Amino acid sequence: MLILECPYCGVKAEETELSPGYEAHLKRFGPGSSDDDFEAYMFARKNPKGVHFERWRHSYGCGKWFLAARCTATLEVFGTYPAQSSEPPADLVAKIKAKRPDWKGFK
Amino acid sequence: MKRYSVFAIAREAFRDHTGWERAWRNPTPKAQYDAIIVGAGGHGLATAYYLGKNFGITNVAIIEKGWLGGGNTGRNTTIIRSNYLQDPSAAIYEKARSLYETLSQDLNYNVMFSPRGLLMLAQTHHEVRGYLRTVHANNLQGVATEWIEPNRVKELVPIINIDGPRYPVLGALFQARGGTARHDAVAWGYARACSAMGMDVIQQCEVKGVRSENGQVTGVETTKGFIGCKKLGIVVAGHSGQVADMAGFRLPVEAVALQALVSEPIKPCMDVVVMANTVHGYMSQSDKGEMVIGGGTDGFNNFTQRGSFHHIEETLRALVETFPMISRLKMLRQWGGIVDMTGDRSPIISKTPLGNCFINCGWGTGGFKAIPGSGWAMAELMAKGEPGALAADFNMWRFREGQFIDESVAAGVAH
Ligand SMILES: Cc1cc2nc3c(=O)[nH]c(=O)nc-3n(C[C@H](O)[C@H](O)[C@H](O)COP(=O)(O)OP(=O)(O)OC[C@H]3O[C@@H](n4cnc5c(N)ncnc54)[C@H](O)[C@@H]3O)c2cc1C
Ligand SMILES: [Zn+2]
Repeated sequence: MLILECPYCGVKAEETELSPGYEAHLKRFGPGSSDDDFEAYMFARKNPKGVHFERWRHSYGCGKWFLAARCTATLEVFGTYPAQSSEPPADLVAKIKAKRPDWKGFK
Repeated sequence: MKRYSVFAIAREAFRDHTGWERAWRNPTPKAQYDAIIVGAGGHGLATAYYLGKNFGITNVAIIEKGWLGGGNTGRNTTIIRSNYLQDPSAAIYEKARSLYETLSQDLNYNVMFSPRGLLMLAQTHHEVRGYLRTVHANNLQGVATEWIEPNRVKELVPIINIDGPRYPVLGALFQARGGTARHDAVAWGYARACSAMGMDVIQQCEVKGVRSENGQVTGVETTKGFIGCKKLGIVVAGHSGQVADMAGFRLPVEAVALQALVSEPIKPCMDVVVMANTVHGYMSQSDKGEMVIGGGTDGFNNFTQRGSFHHIEETLRALVETFPMISRLKMLRQWGGIVDMTGDRSPIISKTPLGNCFINCGWGTGGFKAIPGSGWAMAELMAKGEPGALAADFNMWRFREGQFIDESVAAGVAH
């Protein structure tokens, strides 16, 4: 069972309290962008087997969106952080690097 | 290959079954092949089979990291149908369905194809309109389907509750020649036929890298060493993104878990397949008597072949309303597979940025039914280097062009 701690209300929320929102930190492209960028934004997800950054919503709690770092190969959760972050916080990245030395890092 | 037949059974009965030979060889890899297929699931094996059968290309290896048929091919609920909405889908799924009709004879292996009839229940007015539209589309496509009213549904499925409080049955899209087949047998039958043509099915051998020079693949790095090839076909379902990454390109695919479960075996009670897409549940009865049940996908990227319990609960909650008699059934086994989902819920059978490398993936929750047709189309693509009519629309660049083959709108779920 997946348990994520909501960074706003501090509740350790179990999966049925949450709604998944797939890949985090997507850079949005709209009118005027190149076909490549627009296609990548719409469809080309990272889909890694390993460390992944995702959006989740605490739907049956405070209702807010937040972000989570998780391993898709083991379901281990590394941590959660507010949705207002444009990239994962440095301490979280350091923690993941320590646990997964082969991880290529967040780019 | 010694053929299976009634005479073979009689002969072996008289000599204590000592004369059966292994269904396929267990070869060590050669240094070089004309074609390598990565992934010995149904789609990879069928690709190899039709490369040999339709194009005479038999210097082929099928490389599998686990055991053949151990991926989604051995984990699905075996529903076969071709009542899709869009023309390219109807064409390839109907090709596959029609090949299933004679697959046992073709492979000399009993795949237990059972065209017992398949119903897709309409439980909202939106679905009624959607399925009427599909029936009309299918008529134009030459796929035999019909719309049936609730009383006919009840005749076909006596155990169904057609006036449930939340989701009454308002009718159904019926495909009389839809049904099921034995999933393992499909993989084994193709593997045996491939092996008999001289192809090498290499199990317990993981592809770790793709070597290329000047935009052409030269071979693959595996746990059994480097193996060279003139053409490469990537047919690895849930791991498509990972193998594509080794070949240096990206795919519009995400991997999520899809679960299924079976009940304890009971007396025959339902001789058709029933799908209820609004509530994300579907059910059929296996020859052993188990009720085979599946639902919708889990909601996040996952490679563990394990799903979340609450999705199973949701599926069963809905099915118990539709089939009240299953409420006291014990469930025996439950499992998950990693399915490769594309943005329009349609597969990819395509050339790639590498000249002699081809990909077949994105079958997601519904590719078992497509195995023979997909192998047929992929073999043509690999042999000729260009897609034929069945594969052309399924190229991976359709997302860029906005030419979706949109089955997600058509069906909601796509098993
Ligand atoms: C629970 C469930 C229910 C389903 N129900 C239905 C249904 O009712 N009807 C239907 O039509 N479809 C259904 N499907 C979908 C169907 O199972 C799949 O679309 C289909 O089996 C895919 O076949 P495949 O050959 O592409 O993949 P797979 O059978 O998964 O084969 C891919 C193979 O590639 C191998 N591989 C991966 N990476 C590597 C590597 N690096 N090196 C070597 N080998 C590798 C894997 O080990 C695997 O054996 C269901 C799926 C699931 C999970
Ligand atoms: Zn919260």
